Amino acid sequence: MKLTLWTYEGPPHVGAMRVATAMKGLHYVLHAPQGDTYADLLFTMIERRNHRPPVTYTTFQARDLGADTANLFKTACQAAYDRFQPEAMIVGASCTAELIQDDPGGMAEMMGLPVPVIALELPSYQRKENFGADETFFQITRALAKPAEKTAHVSCNLIGPTALGFRHRDDITELTGMLADMGIAVNVCAPYGASPSDITRLGAAHFNVLMYPETGESACRWMERELGLPFTKTVPIGVGATRDFIREVSTLANVPQAMDEERLRLPWYSASVDSTYLTGKRVFIFGDGTHAAAAARIARNEMGFEVVGLGCYNREMARPIRSLAKEYGLTALITDDYLEVEAAIEAAAPEMILGTQMERMIGKRLGIPCAVISAPVHVQDFPARYSPQMGIEGANVIFDTWVHPLVMGLEEHLLHMFRDDFEFHDAAGASHHGGQHTAKAPAESPAPTDTPAKTSDVVVWLADAERELKKIPFFVRGKARRNTEIFASQKGLNEIGIDTLYEAKAHYAR
Amino acid sequence: MSFDTPPSTGCRDAPVLRERGQHEVFCGLTGIIWLHRKMQDAFFLVVGSRTCAHLLQSAAGVMIFAEPRFGTAILEETDLAGLADAQVELEREVGRLIARRPDIRQLFLVGSCPSEVIKLDLARAAERLSLQHAPHVRVLNYSGSGIETTFTQGEDACLASMVPSLPATDARQLMLVGALPDVVEDQARDLLAQMGITSVAILPARRADDPLSVGPNTVFALLQPFLGDTLAALERRGARHIPAPFPFGAEGTTGWLRAVADEFGVDDATFERVTAAPRARATRAVAQAAESLRGKSIFFFPDSQLEIPLARFLTRECGMRAVEVGAPFLHKHILGPDLDLLEAGPQLTEGQDVERQLDRCRAAQPDLTVCGLGLANPLEAEGLATKWAIELVFTPVHFYEQAGDLAGLFSRPMRRRAALKLGAAS
Repeated sequence: MKLTLWTYEGPPHVGAMRVATAMKGLHYVLHAPQGDTYADLLFTMIERRNHRPPVTYTTFQARDLGADTANLFKTACQAAYDRFQPEAMIVGASCTAELIQDDPGGMAEMMGLPVPVIALELPSYQRKENFGADETFFQITRALAKPAEKTAHVSCNLIGPTALGFRHRDDITELTGMLADMGIAVNVCAPYGASPSDITRLGAAHFNVLMYPETGESACRWMERELGLPFTKTVPIGVGATRDFIREVSTLANVPQAMDEERLRLPWYSASVDSTYLTGKRVFIFGDGTHAAAAARIARNEMGFEVVGLGCYNREMARPIRSLAKEYGLTALITDDYLEVEAAIEAAAPEMILGTQMERMIGKRLGIPCAVISAPVHVQDFPARYSPQMGIEGANVIFDTWVHPLVMGLEEHLLHMFRDDFEFHDAAGASHHGGQHTAKAPAESPAPTDTPAKTSDVVVWLADAERELKKIPFFVRGKARRNTEIFASQKGLNEIGIDTLYEAKAHYAR
Repeated sequence: MSFDTPPSTGCRDAPVLRERGQHEVFCGLTGIIWLHRKMQDAFFLVVGSRTCAHLLQSAAGVMIFAEPRFGTAILEETDLAGLADAQVELEREVGRLIARRPDIRQLFLVGSCPSEVIKLDLARAAERLSLQHAPHVRVLNYSGSGIETTFTQGEDACLASMVPSLPATDARQLMLVGALPDVVEDQARDLLAQMGITSVAILPARRADDPLSVGPNTVFALLQPFLGDTLAALERRGARHIPAPFPFGAEGTTGWLRAVADEFGVDDATFERVTAAPRARATRAVAQAAESLRGKSIFFFPDSQLEIPLARFLTRECGMRAVEVGAPFLHKHILGPDLDLLEAGPQLTEGQDVERQLDRCRAAQPDLTVCGLGLANPLEAEGLATKWAIELVFTPVHFYEQAGDLAGLFSRPMRRRAALKLGAAS
């Protein structure tokens, strides 16, 4: 038993719903009690889908438990087939139905429906949403995909995008365009937009593009083994990764590399002088493994940030994230405990968080700007405008998104110069953000200088040093405090005065 | 139609279509979203699965991120294997929780579908934990599971669980039952006080220490129509129920106040003096908001259990025509006064088969459809205006001063559709 306040992932059957909802002509019959239908609103409200997810819930109640929940399942299954006439069905159990062991898969098989019925075994008490999506798509592929004659023209499949995915809709458009620039057609994109009959044609592609390992890797591995389809290992998020991806695709497809550099703005924007202020910004990165890894590379190599924390919530990606963190001189944070993430961020005192909607809230509480890089999603993560993460436009979008929460270059200097101005002070925040004007708090009355002001674990801040620290703008104050404390403890000091503060500043000057 | 004239034929004995199929409703756990805000020193610990945690997070408006006063003890494979273990595990998690949140005075262990199916004895757990953490923390339990409760029934189960342990009293008092926003609660108290009814208790109390007791001289009025179990629990403690229409709109509020006033022997002149001004204000406010509702048809999918009183309000005070009024379940004893006022005509349904109901809704093409969040956008995309039902339990809508806001909740979707002009200028 584990106490959870907020979760990064839903149960595995929600993962299955993400696959079913992304597809066309597929219907999911879910053996589940009343209330599990809440999951529909994830798609209709958060993603603003204009159709109900293609899911039938059996809605069993307490009084059915002793009686005949199995028959209820069969009735629901038959009614769903009659009404929706899908090309194929998936059947499974939610967490409660798993406990009553009705075996939906076996029952559905016995019913002799005239379409393929794919049984899902998703262990609700061990696994989570990403696993559910990956496993569901794998089972659908295994059941339906057959060896096929290759397309005459070189083509690939886009694998992994689902409903409720972080920018999946726009990533598909971006990659389709990039591949077209290299003369490669998309054979099938799946699960997003694919029908069961499209799944049968997967084998006609020359290779697979694995967009999201979280939801597509098992299917890609199976297709590599059974259909002889190699798949890409690079996720093209960021400029460097996009270049690597193009090289990888060019090798797989045996076509020349091509990339529309005209559209690519991140490199110049990052090099232009206004971006100087980004140098060495300390960022904490947390998300799903794929997006966190991509963000780390962009942060360090393309934005010039310093990565001070790196982690992911999906244990399936623990190994790659641990070894990546080592490269960055960090210990990876692998947890789905929101409170643990909050504690780690607080301890690292970054100047910016690159995280999920959960970290955005942590940032709000701690007063640290945050840009969202990964699921779990929020209605804000489905913008009306074109806003991919992958490829060329993805890199441009990421530059804008990550810079937006920060106080911008010249403004940062003005804040240094005029930090006592009544409207233009720390607490007012960046001027391009909305929100209320915060009046500056009246200056505190000076305390005797020898009173210890703030005690951290080992060193004591004297009141005058603490006051001096407050004169430093808020967005660098965390770094200054932390550097000074490290400096003091390295020097064996147990008190920090104004001198220590400036000694440390000189020591860390870059 | 004048409010004072009930229809010649009400809906109390109207035939009810009972359906059994897919229910597109929340389970009772959802009530935690508003209950934890109402009871400021209470913590709700769901003993359930990842699905329960995900539901609460998704229903909480995705998402309230103050550290919430609710959480889920997620059952894992090991808990399912041996039940003795689960009790120990639960005690450990509760111990950690209480250590972390010393401000917590009441802890509700909330049963879920999985905990009910494995027959985890939360009553026993609550008893043991109460002994361990007394007197600082009181531990209660109830079930919010989907196999037993529908959406707002979770509040009913929660309030009912509090009744047996209330101290006994012989004092003559009025108890108001149902969790309403503080501002609305204060308005109700004020109206009653002006009529001389001052001994008023409210269940649930805002804090564990607020004095609240019950006994044979307690009479109680429900503020919400979904509180059937709480009603029964209070009756078992000797308290007596005052039947009344629910205080939605000018008419409902007047009817509700009148029933309470009669119980306390308030004379007509006093009643008129206290209610005339706010009642006139409410009627004016409703009339304004109802302009876009008059003559329009409305279709209710079952959801919050407020459907019958709302249909009564919308047909009688806003001039709408009800096509179908679905409710998760029809508690005729509680809803009787509202059913009497609702003119015969609309199809009443209990339970749900969502696909069939959608067929009926599409055939009827109502001007406004009241439904849950899972159905609203798909129906809008089909061209039907909708009002999501969950807002009705999250928004202050009771009593005179909110009557206009209540009508506004229904007129806003209509006004919005009229306001949006996305074609080329002609």
